[in-house]
Amino acid sequence: MKQLSTFTISALVAGLFLSGAMSSCKPKKMDAAISGDAAQKVYVAPGKKDELYLFTSGGFSGQMGVYGLPSGRMLKQVPVFSQDAESGYGFSEETKPMLMTSHGYTPWDDSHHPQLSRTNGQDDGRWIFVNANNTPRIARTNLSTFHTDEIIELPNCGGNHASPFLTQNTEYVVGASRFSIPYDKDGEAPIADYKDKFKGTISYIKVDSATGRMKLNFQLLVPGVDYDLSRAGKAISHGWNFFTCYNSEKAHTLLEVNASQRDKDFILAVNWKKAEEYLAQGKAQKWPTNYAHNVFDESTQTASTEMIKEVNVMDVKDLPGICYFIPCPKSPHGCDVDPTGEYIAASGKLAAVIPVYSFTKIQKAIADKAFDGDYDGIPVIKYEAALDGEVEKPGLGPLHTEFDDKGNAYTSFFVSSEIVKWDVKTKQILDRVPTYYSIGHLCVPMGDNIKPYGKYVIALNKITKDRYLPTGPELTQSAQLYDISGAKMQLLLDFPTIGEPHYAQACPADLVLKHQIKFFKLADNNHKYATKTEKDAKVVRDGKDVHVYMTAIRSHFTPDNIEGVKVGDNVYFHVTNLEQDWDVPHGFAVKGANNAEILVLPGQTKTLKWVPDRVGVSPMYCTDFCSALHQEMQGYVRVSPAGSSTALKFSTGE
Amino acid sequence: MKKLKTYTRVIVFLCALAMIPANFVSVWQIILEAPQYPEGLKMEIWSHKIAGDVNNINGLNHYIGMAQIKEENFPEFKVMPYMIWIMVFLAALTALVGRRFLLWTTASYLLFCGAWGIYDFWRWEYEYGHNLNPHAAIRIPGMAYQPPLFGWKQLLNFLAGSFPDTGGYLIIVPAVVIVGLLVIEQFRKK
Ligand SMILES: [Cu+2]
Repeated sequence: MKQLSTFTISALVAGLFLSGAMSSCKPKKMDAAISGDAAQKVYVAPGKKDELYLFTSGGFSGQMGVYGLPSGRMLKQVPVFSQDAESGYGFSEETKPMLMTSHGYTPWDDSHHPQLSRTNGQDDGRWIFVNANNTPRIARTNLSTFHTDEIIELPNCGGNHASPFLTQNTEYVVGASRFSIPYDKDGEAPIADYKDKFKGTISYIKVDSATGRMKLNFQLLVPGVDYDLSRAGKAISHGWNFFTCYNSEKAHTLLEVNASQRDKDFILAVNWKKAEEYLAQGKAQKWPTNYAHNVFDESTQTASTEMIKEVNVMDVKDLPGICYFIPCPKSPHGCDVDPTGEYIAASGKLAAVIPVYSFTKIQKAIADKAFDGDYDGIPVIKYEAALDGEVEKPGLGPLHTEFDDKGNAYTSFFVSSEIVKWDVKTKQILDRVPTYYSIGHLCVPMGDNIKPYGKYVIALNKITKDRYLPTGPELTQSAQLYDISGAKMQLLLDFPTIGEPHYAQACPADLVLKHQIKFFKLADNNHKYATKTEKDAKVVRDGKDVHVYMTAIRSHFTPDNIEGVKVGDNVYFHVTNLEQDWDVPHGFAVKGANNAEILVLPGQTKTLKWVPDRVGVSPMYCTDFCSALHQEMQGYVRVSPAGSSTALKFSTGE
Repeated sequence: MKKLKTYTRVIVFLCALAMIPANFVSVWQIILEAPQYPEGLKMEIWSHKIAGDVNNINGLNHYIGMAQIKEENFPEFKVMPYMIWIMVFLAALTALVGRRFLLWTTASYLLFCGAWGIYDFWRWEYEYGHNLNPHAAIRIPGMAYQPPLFGWKQLLNFLAGSFPDTGGYLIIVPAVVIVGLLVIEQFRKK
């Protein structure tokens, strides 16, 4: 008994010592120390410019963010799918048509994946495309102006997620449906009939190589799973697209459980050149539809909407050789083609390996018919026949892979919050570095080009807490810049971003700079209501509509006093900025305007509609501090009662 | 009947007093740290309840199919406060009466409670760590998520730690002291 109690005491005492020493036996965290020269590597001295542009999707803000790298400084927020009160985008009469859809005016969306236009598999700095996931759309932003010039709606699509992902010469941008939906009759069916009735679509939008103008060429009707992300083939795999898809279980409820049951989901490989052949042979059906195509004409500074009523649809199960499924471990997200075009890395969010497929082996498997049966009439290529190798035990929650110029791949891991670098050929893990926190996509400058620029990897994180000063319950989203020029990745910088930056693309600044427009030439301004000289300024009444032809120049409006406007009139201020110099916009605002102000760029005309709701005198003024006399840039509108006989009168300098 | 030394009785009485607050603070803590939780998540086990970031932990555990941690699943919480009050009572009685058999009784009871506590805690951890929903979104072959009984353990991206909390020390330290005093009293006899 004595011995026993002595033993117990020593055990207890040992226990106490252990707990006292608990801090010392705590495992060390992955090293993320910032080394001394990080600040130098991101410092861009006053007067110097950044080396790269970074374009991030604005997520639920519906916009796009533009940053300089390596400084991480925000340069601009480009309005795309959401109204912007700063510029008047979506508020001004000229830009309202940009946000038209078959559902009417839709001034918001959820934008996910910006992608730069390319020529010969290299970014060309001309345009950037971005998808709207909610009300399916694809936008084209012109990088000579950083204005959104075109938005096309996608018919027959339930959520445009795997989009826009361009082919190597921007022949096509794609839009694949995240949510499958029924196409019976009116598109209505019991949801419980998902397995039989619901289908997905992939839209192939042709891009005019000179103008960038988009045209929905054809749609493929594909099995009813959820299409997630995509990449087009390049070099040897040019002519193909690869899409990841989840929910091969075809669950229609509680997908978090019901769509994660199978060990393998799929990659869908699409031979779009083959599809084009079938289209040329007249194999497409014409489906009646209704979708909006909105184009901003720079010459008239005005957007217009065309509603399109018909679309070419091809059911892939009737047309062999277009589509093949390839098994892919659990719930794949990223589907990324390496610079050679040979290797395709997929990332199963719930998988414990990264499968890397070989394009050559896929072609051989198709030729040899190495199939494992079919899925909804689409041949399923044997996993082993398509596989080049697996990256073993890479981390938790692989999401997306980009490539550098040295044959390395960088994969983001959502669950374990890290970036893992591995060798594309050997599948060996070379390095790993933590991110803060829960990284989604990542971006290597030109990381999806035939010749990547490399040098950096940018982490696009979902969670930001404890990295910046707090700003309430919701924190700004975070991006991080890492140097990948050496053997070890090195964290250089944290910087906040707008909305949720799902994905980003970066390219050398020179590519974009060479197309820059500094101002719009007044001589080329063909806006219907342009006023090119002050002497042409006037106010014209047309029934209840009053058109104010107004000019703005440092530092006055013409006219600056207007009388004869009545309560309930529709007053259209058509403001032309007469400046012909870089960076001299003028703003225009009028008291009681309940839509927005407008920001008018040099040489541009913009229209603000205002319906005065009360008798009085409403001041109007310039909102952009344009000169030393900016505060003096103002005027008045006298508003008389409806039906009164106040004469229409306008003047400047009287 | 052996009488206890006065200093033994005084110290045992102080131990009794020290154990009283153990009923009003957390006894044990489980800590979870991950890259996105650098400040850590903490679950506190009191004698009569669970506190801390239990909801957050449950939210995370659902990915791997771990059962929800709910207070009503633990009948222990109905018993544990009494067990502690009995410790206080036995220690106080030992101090007041000053008999050695009472010191034996108190020390044995403390050791019994300790052993039961460790076993019961391990049993629950085993249960939660192994009884996973087969339909969970994340399933890693061969992986169980049993937290450590004591110390640190890496569970996927989470570093899990299990340590006594204030209340635990308020029991462990007096228990060690009481058992130590018993040994001293036993040796003194010779
Ligand atoms: Cu001004």
